[in-house]
Amino acid sequence: MPDARGSATTGWSGRYDVVIVGAGHGGAHAAAALRQHGFAGSVAMVGDEPRLPYERPPLSKDYLSGETPFEQLLLHPPAFWQERDVEILTDRRVTTVDARAHRVRCDDGTVLEYGHLVWATGGTPRTLSCPGHDLGGVHTVRTVADSDRLRAELPAVTRAVVVGGGYIGLEAAAVLRAAGKHVTVVEAQDRVLARVAGAPLSRFYEALHRTHGVDLRLGASVERLEGASRVAGVRLADGELLPCELVIVGIGIVPAVAPLRAAGAAGSDGVVVDERCRTTLPDVFAIGDCAAHRNRFADDAVIRLESVQNAHDQAAVVARILAGTDARYDAVPWFWSKQYDLRLQTVGLSTGHDATVVRGDPATGRFSVVYLREGRVVALDCVNAVKDYVQGRKLVAARARVDPALLADPALPLKELASA
Amino acid sequence: MPELHVTTREGDTKTIPGRSGASTMEVIREGGVDELMALCGGELCCATCHVYVDPAFTDRLPPMSEDEDDLLDGSEFREPTSRLSCQLPFGEDLAELRVTIAPED
Repeated sequence: MPDARGSATTGWSGRYDVVIVGAGHGGAHAAAALRQHGFAGSVAMVGDEPRLPYERPPLSKDYLSGETPFEQLLLHPPAFWQERDVEILTDRRVTTVDARAHRVRCDDGTVLEYGHLVWATGGTPRTLSCPGHDLGGVHTVRTVADSDRLRAELPAVTRAVVVGGGYIGLEAAAVLRAAGKHVTVVEAQDRVLARVAGAPLSRFYEALHRTHGVDLRLGASVERLEGASRVAGVRLADGELLPCELVIVGIGIVPAVAPLRAAGAAGSDGVVVDERCRTTLPDVFAIGDCAAHRNRFADDAVIRLESVQNAHDQAAVVARILAGTDARYDAVPWFWSKQYDLRLQTVGLSTGHDATVVRGDPATGRFSVVYLREGRVVALDCVNAVKDYVQGRKLVAARARVDPALLADPALPLKELASA
Repeated sequence: MPELHVTTREGDTKTIPGRSGASTMEVIREGGVDELMALCGGELCCATCHVYVDPAFTDRLPPMSEDEDDLLDGSEFREPTSRLSCQLPFGEDLAELRVTIAPED
C-alpha cells in the first residue's frame, strides 16, 4: 500500500489509466498537466530515484555550490501529489515493457498495467570507457545523489579535472573555481560547446573560463585515469599527466530507452515519436530527452532535445491528448545556462547554420550571436542580452530573412528588423 | 508568517503561507499552485512565473530591472500590473499580497 509520501511499497501491483515512467521535468509535468486539464483517470508515476520530482538544472549550478537547499528544488510540495491523486512509485526502475499486454515490470518486482504509457526517462550520463573510468572520485552530474556525492568530496579536493566542455562541464567548472579549486577542463573538440553553439560563443566562453583561472585544454583526449582506488590523475593522449583528486565527466547522455526498444519501439538514438509524441508502440508516448522527434526548428530533421523546455512542452502535448484535446508539438526551443555572473539564453536551434552574426562586443560581456541558415534567422545565443533574446524569439519563430548588416548593429532593436 | 493570496487562471483564490527569504514565485510553488511554471527556477531566464499584482501593493514592490522589463515584453498578456514573481522577495512588508497568475504564452 502507498506510504505517507504517496509512494507505493515494493512489489505493488495495480492498474492505472496512465503510467508515467520517469519522474523528472517531463514526467512530473505530464502528471500535473493531466490533472490541470481535468483528466479524471488513475495516474501513477514511476521514478528510479528516492525523491519526489525536482529541478535538475541547479544540480550543476546553485545546488552544487551549496547555495540552494534540496527542498527548494522540489517542483511541487509533497501534498501537491496527494491532492491530485498521483501515485508516485519512487526508487524503482522499469525494466520490461509488454506493449501487447499493456504492462510494465520494475526491478523490484512491481508490475503495473496501463491504459496509456508515457515514457519520460531522459537519459543516463555517458561515462568514459578508458582504463580507470570506474575509480573513486570520478563523477557525473545528473541526479541530486550525483551532486551530493560530488559536494561531499569537495572539501578534500584541491585539483579537479572536468572532462567535456559542454554546458554541464562548464557550469561545474565555474562552481568549482568559485569554491577555490584548481580546475582543468579537457575537451576533445577544438572548441567548447562545439555540439550546441557556434564558434563566436565558444571563443567567448573559453576566454571567460581562462580569465577565471580555468586551465582549458582543447583538442585534448583522455588516455586513462590513474590512481589506486581513487583517481589521482588524468593522463592525456599526448602523455601529459594532470594530477587531481576529482574528475567530473560531462560528455552527454545516453537515452534511457532500452526497455522500450526491446518491446519493439522504433528508434536508433532514443525512440522515435510523431508530432503527438506517440511512439510506434500502441498507446505509448515518449517525451523529453529520449524522444526523437521531427522538429521544425531543425529544418524538420529528427532530433532529440535535452532541455527543460522540450520535456515540459512535450509533456503538455501528451497531457492534452490524454485529457481529450488534440495537440501537436511545435514549440520554439529555448535554453539557458549560468556560468559565473553571466546568463546565457538561447532560442531556436543553431545546428545546421551557415552564417553567424555577432551583435555587440563580447569583450563587454553583453552580446548576442545570431545564427542564419540560407539568409533566415534560425537561432540566437544571448549573453546578458535579454532584450535580444526576447525580440529575437520572434525572428526565430518566423524564420525571418534579415540583412546581416542590420543584425550586426546593436543599436537597431531586433523587433524593428522583424519585417525588414 | 505573512500570507499570500493567489488567484489562478480559473479564478480560484488560494491563501498560502509565506516563507522568509523566499521569492513570491517560490511561495506560490511551495503552496502547490501548478499553473505557475517558473521553468528556469528563478534565474530570470524565462517569463513563466508572470503574475498580475493587485495595484494596492504596487508601492511596496521592488523596482523592476531592465531584464525583467524585457522578459515581460515578450508576453502578449503583459499589463501595467505585470511582474515576474521570482523577482519579488516575499516578506512582512508584502503580507496579504494578492497576485493573479497571468495566462500562459
